Amino acid sequence: MAFINLQNITYKYPLTKTSVLKSINLQINEGEFVAVIGPNGAGKSTLCYALAGFVPHFFKGEISGSIEVAGMESSKSTLDEWVLNVGLAFQNPFNQISGAKYTVFEEIAFGLENNGVPRAEIRPRVEEAMKLTDITNLADRSPYSLSGGQQQRVALTSILVMQPKLLVLDEPTSQMDPIGTREVFGVVRRMAEEGMTVVMVEHKMEWIANFADRVIALKDGQILMEGKPNEVLTSDILAENGFGISRYTSTAREAKRQGFWKKENLPVTLDEAVEGFKL
Amino acid sequence: MKIQIDNLRFTYPTGLDALRGISLTIEAGEQVAIVGQNGAGKTTLVRHFNGLLQPTAGSVLIGDWDTKKNSVAKLASRVGYVFQNPDEQLFSKDVETEVRFGPRNLGYSKEKIDKLVKRALTLTELSDRTETNPYDLSPTWRKMVALASVIAMDTPIVIFDEPTTGQDAVNVARIAHVIAELHREGKTVITITHDIDFCAENFERVIALSEGRVLLDGIAADVFGQEEILAQTYVDPPQLTRLGKRLGLRKTVRNQEEFLNALR
Repeated sequence: MAFINLQNITYKYPLTKTSVLKSINLQINEGEFVAVIGPNGAGKSTLCYALAGFVPHFFKGEISGSIEVAGMESSKSTLDEWVLNVGLAFQNPFNQISGAKYTVFEEIAFGLENNGVPRAEIRPRVEEAMKLTDITNLADRSPYSLSGGQQQRVALTSILVMQPKLLVLDEPTSQMDPIGTREVFGVVRRMAEEGMTVVMVEHKMEWIANFADRVIALKDGQILMEGKPNEVLTSDILAENGFGISRYTSTAREAKRQGFWKKENLPVTLDEAVEGFKL
Repeated sequence: MKIQIDNLRFTYPTGLDALRGISLTIEAGEQVAIVGQNGAGKTTLVRHFNGLLQPTAGSVLIGDWDTKKNSVAKLASRVGYVFQNPDEQLFSKDVETEVRFGPRNLGYSKEKIDKLVKRALTLTELSDRTETNPYDLSPTWRKMVALASVIAMDTPIVIFDEPTTGQDAVNVARIAHVIAELHREGKTVITITHDIDFCAENFERVIALSEGRVLLDGIAADVFGQEEILAQTYVDPPQLTRLGKRLGLRKTVRNQEEFLNALR
């Protein structure tokens, strides 16, 4: 039995005419790190909401099919049960900040407090989580005084501290510099090795190719392609459907057309590109 | 319109020294990208250009106006600012009202406002969405509304804070087109970005900030050629620049065309 099992999910937000998700079938195993890619409007964030229980419990709307995550079935459980198992980082970190806390430390402790975790346990867990994402130096700052990338780190930390079984991240590195991006992918990979299941919406193809186990390409609410990162990310189908692709891939594709790229497979990462162009 | 920044320092009320002595001149009509790690001072710097922040020491001149002696409202006629998060600047009930707000506030004639709004909506491909509530649009299109509302003000200087964040390939190309059009019209375009490939493909001059100081400033190829110095502010050179370097190409390449030419 897969850890995540979406059967024929079709979903429409309230007051809208068209479905955002159309007949989605998706199985993900425990401890798998899956990246979701796709153009704007593909349904990526909605898929995140469906995995995190926000669809349909919070957003309402019309849904058909079944969603099972960590042994819970969406139609038979409440959002309260759902949030104990699934952590979601919103696309915009600003939306994640509670507004109720003055410091980053308190902000990260907020979820644990709400869940009634004993006080003595909160401090060490918050400190450990902050170490993991390298934000110990921000502990006493106001969450609102931080840069976009720093806010994203805080948002991620406030979820990691809850130790969810499933981590759902909606473009967690969009405002980050390369160091931040590297650290996030590193932390997430480590979590997956330790058994946490991760679904991450991302546009940074080179990073996905280096870290994720599987890639799902969404377009217009449907799964266009899924498979191993290199297979999906170098596919002509992506290039033809308005997906962002690595410059290494697009340049090698053009070089292949002109006869400079001799290998069969196209590259996604720098190392693959170096290796291929050296021939 | 020229921007002159002289020994600018800024300390937040919390005691954080965000800018530690920045001197720069940006000439009229330049296309400048500002890069650097999170917390380097990029947003703090550009928020001085329209008076949202006032120097702790030093000065910022927009043309002949000192930002310390002119209100944000007045500076708005010279400097347009597109926020990183469109939701921080949108408030009207429909797209057209939103886009008309800026030029109307600047006191332009109705004819001029009509013309500016029409052009801004065309450029951002929003002409068929004028009656929609901005919050009924996807984040992608809300970004375009934010762009349109600033472009319609027809300021000689336009600032974009992270315009490509969360945008897909198609929309990044749209935004690049808007920037190219503004440049063609002779406007100064200043963009903060982490999207180094976007930066390499669309900007002539690159300024790299690190810990509140200017680390590098020059034409893009020169700046991106200095991998070790850039690493100090956690900026990786563009993908093809890195590839060219690893392959031992003598010239610093920035884009596909330059890369393939160098390979021949």
